[in-house]
Amino acid sequence: MAVEEKTIDALSQFELVPLLGPIGGSVNFTQSNGFMLLAIGLISALFVIGMKPRAVVPGRLQALAETLYEFVLGLVTSQVGEEGRRYFPFVFTLFMFILFGNMLGMLPYAFTYTSHIATTLTLAIMVFLVTTIVAISIHGRHFFGYFFPEGAPLWLAPIIIPVEVVSYLSRPISLSIRLFANMVAGHVMLKVFATFVVLLGSLGVVGVPLALLPLSINVALVGFEFLVAFLQAYVFAILTCIYLHDAVHLH
Amino acid sequence: MEVAAAKALGAGIAVIALFGVGLGIGNIFSSLITSVARNPAARDVVFPIGILGFALTEAVALFALLIAFLILFA
Repeated sequence: MAVEEKTIDALSQFELVPLLGPIGGSVNFTQSNGFMLLAIGLISALFVIGMKPRAVVPGRLQALAETLYEFVLGLVTSQVGEEGRRYFPFVFTLFMFILFGNMLGMLPYAFTYTSHIATTLTLAIMVFLVTTIVAISIHGRHFFGYFFPEGAPLWLAPIIIPVEVVSYLSRPISLSIRLFANMVAGHVMLKVFATFVVLLGSLGVVGVPLALLPLSINVALVGFEFLVAFLQAYVFAILTCIYLHDAVHLH
Repeated sequence: MEVAAAKALGAGIAVIALFGVGLGIGNIFSSLITSVARNPAARDVVFPIGILGFALTEAVALFALLIAFLILFA
């Protein structure tokens, strides 16, 4: 209780700050937008520069680019099937954007743009609209049969149809909150443990050895957060593929 | 002060959901270990599914955490 004035301030890291002075301020160009542009630049650079040699035996950058490409291609073809190849660019773009957002956020002083519900909900609504449009354009009005599986007894319709409609409409919500909450929770956890280190360290001789405990936990947590950063991009991509599978095949 | 106390209690109650999440994640990984031990050749097929199940279950924990944060800070 001696350090009452130093409180755990875990949420200020998510505050948006306008960049580029008055010009950026007038159009609300925040550090979130800056990191999005940085991520797009890095992804483009990785694929343009990395794939430039077009070597049969790839170098390091080319191997990275090819591994990511084949990973997502395998994901799409195994989940949606061979006809899912036409949706591969969409899933690949989503995956790379989220992966780079999560990974850039792990660097010190960097900002995680996927830690904002505005970003993730936009991506999720885009996925929702794309899957719905794909389903309607392929199946026409048979798409609405999705909400009532064939062979189910008719008297169950008042129960099944609302449940299916609600679960369909809640897809963008669960998709966006999963990514956003994972990123927020991870970064809050890191910040809380980092504050423990500072608070214990400020206690003097007694505190410094004790502060090593939260410090070592924090080191382990950073490794765990890198895993989560990849895993959430993977989960977002695989759920997009599952929704696309539903859209293409209707169950 | 009653409001602050009620908020703290509410945040604590909100994370009771972790009980089910703990059971769920334990169940997923025990099943994953069992299936890989019985059929090591199936590892490449089963592992991504297990990780997907883990991520989906973990999301429930984060929903609870989010509610706790909303109660505490919003």
